Amino acid sequence: MLLKENDALAADENAILAAKVKQGETGLSLLKYLFVGIVFGIIFVKGEIISWFRIQEMFRFQSFFMYGVIGSAILVGMVSIQIIKRFSIKTINGQVIKIADKKFNKGQIYGGFIFGLGWAITGACPGPLFAQIGTGFTVVIVSFLSAVAGTWVYGRFADKLPK
Amino acid sequence: MNEFLNWLSQPWPWYIAGPMIGLTVPILLLLGNRSFGISSSLRHICAVCVPAKIPFFQYNWKEEAWNLMFVTGILIGGFIAAMFLSNPETIVIAESTQRDLNALGITNFENLLPAEIFSWDNLFTLKGLFFFVIGGFLVGFGTRYAGGCTSGHAIMGISNLQWPSVVATIFFMIGGLVMTHLFLPFIMNLVGF
Repeated sequence: MLLKENDALAADENAILAAKVKQGETGLSLLKYLFVGIVFGIIFVKGEIISWFRIQEMFRFQSFFMYGVIGSAILVGMVSIQIIKRFSIKTINGQVIKIADKKFNKGQIYGGFIFGLGWAITGACPGPLFAQIGTGFTVVIVSFLSAVAGTWVYGRFADKLPK
Repeated sequence: MNEFLNWLSQPWPWYIAGPMIGLTVPILLLLGNRSFGISSSLRHICAVCVPAKIPFFQYNWKEEAWNLMFVTGILIGGFIAAMFLSNPETIVIAESTQRDLNALGITNFENLLPAEIFSWDNLFTLKGLFFFVIGGFLVGFGTRYAGGCTSGHAIMGISNLQWPSVVATIFFMIGGLVMTHLFLPFIMNLVGF
């Protein structure tokens, strides 16, 4: 019974991925995301968000810095989404902007907790892993490969985990 | 130009970095209806490289190729920032944090990451096992189980007023607090600090 529900959940997730409006973006049109990523990576480093020490300050409540970063990012994101929705702003290609809702499942509790453990020990969420490697801490490649392995193991056993 | 570069090379305060990160949300939506998120890239990498007929990795990852471009950009951005915009001064870390970490055995506070942990010399030691291998695994496993990371849930999800993302973010914090305050002292001791 539980297994069936989990299968249904996995099917749901795949359906969400498949149902996304096909953008047909290939090759050069993908370069814009590379550019956004580059700017984003620079912000990560210059804001020192990729610092292991900043994450320690945060989890020890000894600096406001990371709370300021995440809090102000959420505020700007929230206001932007409200503006987009209120004025029905479309994409540069004239598409209606759609944001998939997040469905609750217990993964957000168990997985969230597990990620939190890893966040405090590596000093990085997935984004900063990439930026840390770029700045020259090449040994983080090992953490990155391990994170890929973790994702794979999750995928392999997704139907057996409580959700 | 030089003055401009010098100015850029200073560490950016939270009220500059935070809002700029927040702006990524509408920029990605406007550019191509893309929801900001980073941990999915790890799933796409699995789907591209080692799908192994696992249902979770059977989907058209080419539709998600933008995400792989985005994270490649983050890597390049990290390189550019370190090469051309690097801060000449050492990072300023809260004194109380330095004291606490010092008590755990960390003495080098000069880089963004503690050089005593993040070096290739530690790869095949207990330090490497805990800080790279196990740490990385927990990040990859946990984010996918949770369906997102700090970007997908804490920033994108909460920005879009999704309560499951609030739950996820609360448990990110609980996990981090448990690691920092309960396990880390034990681990530091075990790996030889």
